[in-house]
Amino acid sequence: MTDPFPGLQLSARLSRPDFTLAIDLELPGRGVMALFGPSGSGKTTLLRIVAGLERPTRGHLHVNGELWQESDKGFFLPPHRRSVGYVFQDAALFSHLDVRGNLTYGLRRVPAGGGQVVLDQVVALLGIEPLLSRRPDTLSGGERQRVAIARALAVTPALLLLDEPLAALDLARKREILPYLERLHNELKIPVLYVSHASDEVARLADHLVVMDAGSVVASGSIHEILARVDPPIRLGEESGVVLDAVIGARDDPWHLSRADFVGGSLWMRDHGLPVGRQVRVRILARDVSLALEHHPGTSIQNILPGQVVAVAPDTHPAQVLVRVQVGASPLLARITRRAVANLELVPGKPIWVQVKSVALIE
Amino acid sequence: MLESADLAAIGLTFKLAITTTMILLMLGTPIAWWLARTRSAWKGVIGTVVALPIVLPPTVLGFYLLLLMGPQGAVGRLTTALGLGVLPFTFSGLVVASVFYSLPFVVQPIQNAFEAIGDRPLEAAATLRASPIDAFFSVALPLARPGYLTALVLGFTHTVGEFGVVLMIGGNIPDRTRVVSVQIYDHVEALEYGQAHGLALGMVVFSFLALLILYTLNPTGRRQR
Repeated sequence: MTDPFPGLQLSARLSRPDFTLAIDLELPGRGVMALFGPSGSGKTTLLRIVAGLERPTRGHLHVNGELWQESDKGFFLPPHRRSVGYVFQDAALFSHLDVRGNLTYGLRRVPAGGGQVVLDQVVALLGIEPLLSRRPDTLSGGERQRVAIARALAVTPALLLLDEPLAALDLARKREILPYLERLHNELKIPVLYVSHASDEVARLADHLVVMDAGSVVASGSIHEILARVDPPIRLGEESGVVLDAVIGARDDPWHLSRADFVGGSLWMRDHGLPVGRQVRVRILARDVSLALEHHPGTSIQNILPGQVVAVAPDTHPAQVLVRVQVGASPLLARITRRAVANLELVPGKPIWVQVKSVALIE
Repeated sequence: MLESADLAAIGLTFKLAITTTMILLMLGTPIAWWLARTRSAWKGVIGTVVALPIVLPPTVLGFYLLLLMGPQGAVGRLTTALGLGVLPFTFSGLVVASVFYSLPFVVQPIQNAFEAIGDRPLEAAATLRASPIDAFFSVALPLARPGYLTALVLGFTHTVGEFGVVLMIGGNIPDRTRVVSVQIYDHVEALEYGQAHGLALGMVVFSFLALLILYTLNPTGRRQR
């Protein structure tokens, strides 16, 4: 595979009176890489370091095989020479320019820019054609954020940096933006670094997850892997569970069901009108997964898959445990009682039937 | 009602105010930019020096400028060595003095405007490939426009209205340093109240119109001061 973006290597040390950042990170450099953590954990600072808006005391940064910073050699590529698109939490549109002026600001400054073609593409992608001659102060929060994303994309960056683009928006506005972010994910090949503290956004969008806390990286790995850990680095409580990338394999129209095929099995879920062949992401909460020693056809549960116990670990409540089971190549997480583990004698390696009560389509 | 000496004074006043304002906008911009963005410990000191003409009696400012620019002063020796002669009692001397006198009225509105812009638009410009100088001209300057309008009007009107500094540094030489405010003073001293009225009323109307235009075009102008 010839990947134009071999990856992102970053190490950074930054000390402030109230905050210390110490990061060593390697990221795949494709898909959506989410930086997740509570506020004050250093996510935004990390993003700003990548953009060159923040200069760490010590650090080096390789992006796309290009050196952006090497503090030992005193090398620092200024922000305007880095091929990034940056979307600020507050959109940061230029109030003295209309939407079109905002979009072309960066476009005109890229030497080998895509010009009108790229502009038309991003305008269509984000559905902002009707807004082009409006002033930023007449736009709603959601519209502003869409323009900001389009403006960042118009410079055809090697890396798109999104700093909590949904945080300042209410639920309705979030619903308005999320489909556009998903289109970004699906239709463009630009790798995205996405800062968020909302687990539902991350579950929906991320391919790779970096969990941060107090200025350092707690965990970094594929979203499937991290969400399937029995010692989750993110406390999601009731929301614990895995996400699977799947393809709609079949539809059962009389019953309004569609089948999501993933590596290692398939699951029936409510039909959402998606055509066969469509890429989807589904989420299976640990509380919706139960385990059985035998295959019971006489149950209302329609999704029963053969699997194998991989690990058992205590959950937040002493009565409960999280069990990781392997179904084909995909891990699932089940939340069951400790007593059930004892009664079923669940130990790693034991074959088991996995009953999935509910599958949620999240993309 | 206005005699030719009055008209000459008016012409000279506008020439002085235009020259001074132009110089101040160019000189004040980097000072205001530095004051708005620096984290240097000198910010307080420099800011205070810039603000001094607001509180100093114009005669004090004029007195020291006279000493500095006079034949024995540091600036005076320099200008003499450069073959420019000494500046006091010349139009150039008036311009130099006016620049100092009106400096805070130009620097402060621009500085406030730059501070109000904050870092964010400039950071956005940087991520959109604008170099710092490019970002200054394409983002900071346009966004600071209300501040510039305030600075322009205040710098101009303040220079038009100066009196004490002019007397100290420029004296009262017709066609060279006799500006409107001095001319009014002369008329009053000579008990020519009618002519004083003509000029004084003209000043009132001019100042009123200038400020009216400022506040109409620039509703935030008042807050920016």
